[in-house]
Amino acid sequence: MDPITSFEKSQPKLDLPDFNIGDTVRVSLRIKEGDKERLQPFEGVVIAMRKAGSRSSFTVRKVSYGVGVERVIPFYSPSLQGLQVMRRGDVRRAKLYYLRELRGKAARIKDKKDW
Amino acid sequence: MATGLLGKKLGMTQTFDEAGIRYPLTVVEAGPCTVLKVKTVQSDGYNAICVGFGEKDLRKFNKPQAGLIKKVMGEKAKVGFKTLQEFRVSNPEEFQVGQVLTVEQFNAGDLVDVSGKSKGKGFAGTIKRHHFSRGPVTHGSKNVREPGSIGNSAYPGRVVKGRKMPGQMGNKNTTVQRLRVHSVDPERNLIFIVGAIPGAKSNLVTVKPSVKA
Repeated sequence: MDPITSFEKSQPKLDLPDFNIGDTVRVSLRIKEGDKERLQPFEGVVIAMRKAGSRSSFTVRKVSYGVGVERVIPFYSPSLQGLQVMRRGDVRRAKLYYLRELRGKAARIKDKKDW
Repeated sequence: MATGLLGKKLGMTQTFDEAGIRYPLTVVEAGPCTVLKVKTVQSDGYNAICVGFGEKDLRKFNKPQAGLIKKVMGEKAKVGFKTLQEFRVSNPEEFQVGQVLTVEQFNAGDLVDVSGKSKGKGFAGTIKRHHFSRGPVTHGSKNVREPGSIGNSAYPGRVVKGRKMPGQMGNKNTTVQRLRVHSVDPERNLIFIVGAIPGAKSNLVTVKPSVKA
């Protein structure tokens, strides 16, 4: 195995439940305030995933007080402490960037039928 | 005593520390380098070691070089070294001919300077090469990616030396100083360096202890 692949495989990663593009997830992120640490939840729609070994990441989007907020979360980040799938979405695209242009009712995602 | 080491750039990856901060890592396959000759002030006027790195058919060398390699590796040697290079050292008495230098001389946290040929960009214009601004595209302008004026007229009547102009960009030796060693893998001759280093993958690089450490 080439050294870079084996190095990336050796990186520690949290076991996460299966989730996909369009799902609504609640992510627990460890943040530091002064010298106190706490878990901050971030709930939103997964609009993109990047699969690239230990450089993989996913993007969660939510609308907070009318302002769109997106966080790119690396799968291998030690700040990522947990993930909970709230809803499974039925989408036909791998990147849901079109949601950025939509507001309110138009920005809803259909639930998956068999979920 | 750490000295320079020749290596091959393998590519980049990333890692995190406990605080969750992401670091870019360059993986270099460095060494093993064999000391072929030790030069001292008495013998050559300066202190240095000659090292060889990589593999190359010994029949492809000229006789003086092949002779030097055979003297170190034995008369029956079939393979020589792909790269032969000298490193200045301050303490030549610490090195012996035939000694093999490995990545073990570096430790995590050390600062290193990495040199190598940068990626070639060919004959590049002033915008790409020196970050000049572009002229207007419309309103009859014909000054889109031109360098503009390069000087005055009668005085000084010539172009000032050092004027930034189009020309070859990249494909020249570049050094990046003060890079931190993240970790070392002596079994596979790997050294993980935080940050980017010159050149494309498989580029030949030298890793030295930093002059500004």
